[in-house]
Amino acid sequence: MEHNQEVHAEHSHGYGVYILVWLALMSLTGITVAVAGINFGGLTIATALIIAAIKSFLVLKIFMHLRSESVTFRAFVGVAILFLLISFILLFSDYSFIVRN
Amino acid sequence: MSSQEQAAAAHVHRDDVGARMGMWLFLFTELILFGGMFILYSVYRYMHPDSFHLAAKELNTIVGTFNTAILLTSSLTMVLAITAIQRKQKALSIFFQLITIVLALGFMVNKYFEWTAKFHHGIYPGSDTLLAKPTGEILFFGLYYVMTGLHGLHVIIGVILIGMMARLTSKEIINSNSYVKLESAGLYWHLVDIIWIFLFPLFYLIT
Repeated sequence: MEHNQEVHAEHSHGYGVYILVWLALMSLTGITVAVAGINFGGLTIATALIIAAIKSFLVLKIFMHLRSESVTFRAFVGVAILFLLISFILLFSDYSFIVRN
Repeated sequence: MSSQEQAAAAHVHRDDVGARMGMWLFLFTELILFGGMFILYSVYRYMHPDSFHLAAKELNTIVGTFNTAILLTSSLTMVLAITAIQRKQKALSIFFQLITIVLALGFMVNKYFEWTAKFHHGIYPGSDTLLAKPTGEILFFGLYYVMTGLHGLHVIIGVILIGMMARLTSKEIINSNSYVKLESAGLYWHLVDIIWIFLFPLFYLIT
């Protein structure tokens, strides 16, 4: 019980941090919408996905409290996301290779 | 009852880290569920880039942006509800949970109007207007309805889940010493938010 309470105290962060992250998320949304009007050619999708990835990182780390979790816990989540990305990249590169040939 | 048995009865087994890990495991299956559809989207967009651009212009960017802002704000109020309960501010925590529910319902109301407008224009799965369009546009709207529909279903489940958490908080089953249930509901809610973070640019912002 003692230990649990210690962990809880560590988890508690101020309201201010969350409001700052929320402001960052809202600004990034504004940037995505503004940038979508500009044509960067092939880079347009890349820009949108990079901004979405930054937003997701903020949500995962701050809102989902991954920054307060142990290293083991973060590795557990990190490995799952890594393998999801690997499967995306492999499947899509395989598909585009088949189409080109 | 021996003293040992009494001690065993008094000891309540609790593992908050394990509970959160279990929730994350479930979230991984959600990632695979939506991930499969994102791959499908990528392949079809790669096959029909022009049709996807044309079809995306039919979607209302303003409603999409507004809904993004609503979901991001609801994620904020959800995390604030957890901070409030950690600080023994029960009423404030329930207040934030209720705001989260109101925002989620607002999101669904917008979705309702958005879909109804599409239906009025004859764009819904299997409609004559849609089937007369090129294959790429049919695929775009098929993916649009399935992906945002499944996401909307998750929002509704989230509303029910957070409603249950608000009830548990008022009964003090969720309290400043034990709030892993609220944290898990929060994790689910943030995942729903992350999925929307990707759906939004992929459907509404193809120019």
